[in-house]
Amino acid sequence: MKRKARRDLRNGLLFISPWLIGISIFLVYPIFLSVYYSFTRFPLLSPPSWIGWSNYLELFQDKVFWTVLYNTLFYFSLQVPLIFIVALSAALLLNTKVRGMALFRTFFYLPSLVPIVATAILWAWVFNARYGLLNAALSIFGIKGITWLNDPAYVKPSLVLMSLWGMGEPMVIYLAALQGVPVNLYESSFLDGANWWQRIYHITIPLISPAIFFNVVRWVMGAFILFTQPYIMTGGGPGRASEFYVTYLWENAFDFLKMGYASAMAWILFIIIFAVTLVVFKFGAKKVYYEGA
Amino acid sequence: MIYISKGEVNKWLVCLGLAVFVAGLFASSAMAKVTVTYWEKWSGFEKKAMGEIVDDFNASQNEIKVKFLSVAGIDVKTKTAIAGGNPPDVVGLWSYSVVPFAMNNALIPLDDYMKEAGIKEESYISSIWDLMYAQGKVWALPSTPATMGYHYNKGMFQDAGLDPDKPPLTIAELNLYNEKLTQMDAEGNIIQMGFDPGWPGWFKYPWGWFFGGELYDAETQTITADDPNNIAAYEWINALAEKYGRTNLMSFKSGYGGFGSPTNPFLAGKLAAVLQGVWEANFIQTYASDMDWGVAAFPYGPNGKPDTTWVEADVLAIPTGAKHPDEAFEFIKYVQTQAAMEKLCLAQKKLTSLLATYNNPDFINNHPNPYIKFFFEQAMSPNAKIAPRVPIWSFYDKYMQVAFDNIIIGEVTPADALKEVTTTVQQELDKYKGMF
Repeated sequence: MKRKARRDLRNGLLFISPWLIGISIFLVYPIFLSVYYSFTRFPLLSPPSWIGWSNYLELFQDKVFWTVLYNTLFYFSLQVPLIFIVALSAALLLNTKVRGMALFRTFFYLPSLVPIVATAILWAWVFNARYGLLNAALSIFGIKGITWLNDPAYVKPSLVLMSLWGMGEPMVIYLAALQGVPVNLYESSFLDGANWWQRIYHITIPLISPAIFFNVVRWVMGAFILFTQPYIMTGGGPGRASEFYVTYLWENAFDFLKMGYASAMAWILFIIIFAVTLVVFKFGAKKVYYEGA
Repeated sequence: MIYISKGEVNKWLVCLGLAVFVAGLFASSAMAKVTVTYWEKWSGFEKKAMGEIVDDFNASQNEIKVKFLSVAGIDVKTKTAIAGGNPPDVVGLWSYSVVPFAMNNALIPLDDYMKEAGIKEESYISSIWDLMYAQGKVWALPSTPATMGYHYNKGMFQDAGLDPDKPPLTIAELNLYNEKLTQMDAEGNIIQMGFDPGWPGWFKYPWGWFFGGELYDAETQTITADDPNNIAAYEWINALAEKYGRTNLMSFKSGYGGFGSPTNPFLAGKLAAVLQGVWEANFIQTYASDMDWGVAAFPYGPNGKPDTTWVEADVLAIPTGAKHPDEAFEFIKYVQTQAAMEKLCLAQKKLTSLLATYNNPDFINNHPNPYIKFFFEQAMSPNAKIAPRVPIWSFYDKYMQVAFDNIIIGEVTPADALKEVTTTVQQELDKYKGMF
């Protein structure tokens, strides 16, 4: 490398060295440590001791592991499609020329700004079967409300429902993407006699597919690492109906003093998310249309 | 006018500054106090109660200053602090943490300190003392203990035609009382219940004790969750759910409010009775001050014994790696004195761990809980139990919770549920064989 280039490189590295050092100490080093821990028995209060593949083998025989994996996949397969539909529908509605649109957009976006913990506590009350808003609203229509969070059959769908309230974030991304769809395409489709569904399916979705792809990747990862809401609202109950992968991981690490076991869980989760994201990318490479590409 | 050059002034200023600094150093080292950091789980009035003890201790001497910190999520924070080698000097744990911390050498044994300070086992109520030691050593000393009782609403008893001064003695009687106390509306929804073992959901493991069952055999280090008496207890709970309707029950329970609020089902008159600890009186006095209430030993089943209860305690311990363990113990020693302990427990409205307090009319008569003597007697009962002293108590507790929930839903029979708990927990416990 030329002297100047070398000097530039050195200066550049020097400038970002605080960040580099920070990320090495607080991110990279702990990540490598956790790989090590996953092969140890580590009760947190005393030092780790090597046990090889035991944690992983034990995990595959752990009934609760499979239960929480199922719960997480259930949540994931329900939530990701639903939030896509809801956020996109909201974005399409908010893209029309209606008076006061700025106000509507604000209202739809606002819930996503509420901190997760506050949302969880709020919705725990909304879901309350006796005093909650949901059942009160349903009773106006004469429908007897269910016991949302107390019923093992409905606790996961309830959590999905709650997550839809925070669809403001993907919605604005879709909204931004919608602005980039050329209006003349809609006009010509209208002339060709296309109905609203055909317009959405053949014009809108392909042209905002980069935004869809981005959101799907994010939501896939987010669904797998669901923690705060079940931790606060249900503690995994009733039974283990709302116990998810990361809440069980946390429980193992901090309640049961099985940090090694939890580390093994973390790395299995990494592999799962990596695999799913890979599938999404493969699928996306074929379907996503980047205008100008 | 004296002419001093700028350089000279600078020099003088620097010298002056240095002199002041050095003098300050000497002054502060002469007054050097050891600061003892104390992490405690309490907030609200409980925190205030301990805060006064801390202030008293700080005022009583000049060598040690205790810095009192209220820490939310103290379990996790203490574990990570110890793992990181940066723990507080004194930590306020729960009694169930003693065994797992001790066997990992995460606490400093207190035997030598105690001998020097003249603190003796005989001064304490033995069931509470049992919580403090493991592997033949003492690892913590109590701050505030608790025992449990069947708290009941006398008004609701009277309305149902029951004698308010005769709480149920046996489970059979409890079932009869429940029938009178439980009311449904025209559509079959439950309006009020005599007793719900699932409220508030903190205690899903103790029911076997009332039926004469044990959760753990310390001699053989065996988990005995599937003891036939335990199964009988959970059969009783299952029968309750079956009788009043599982969906009905779910619906009724989901309408409960928060524990510390006027919508607490016992305080709001939805439940005629609860199994709760000595603290319940505070909540009654705060949120339902006009309730006429009583408390008695929880009813016992066919193989059970009267005056069965269990004991828990908040404890003070010194983590391994604490910077000032000697001074930390000085504070703990202070809390153990009768005067400080009584002041603390009176303000927290609990009983104390000291036998002497039971015979102290000042404490008993001034206590805001009118039944405080009862809670003492429960602690001193020969049938006072403590949670299994195993390093995996959190694990065992969680599996009992899951079993309880699944039994109430009707997903599994009590026998199957408890057998599974036994197998799983025993498997986990076996990993620690010989280590505790």
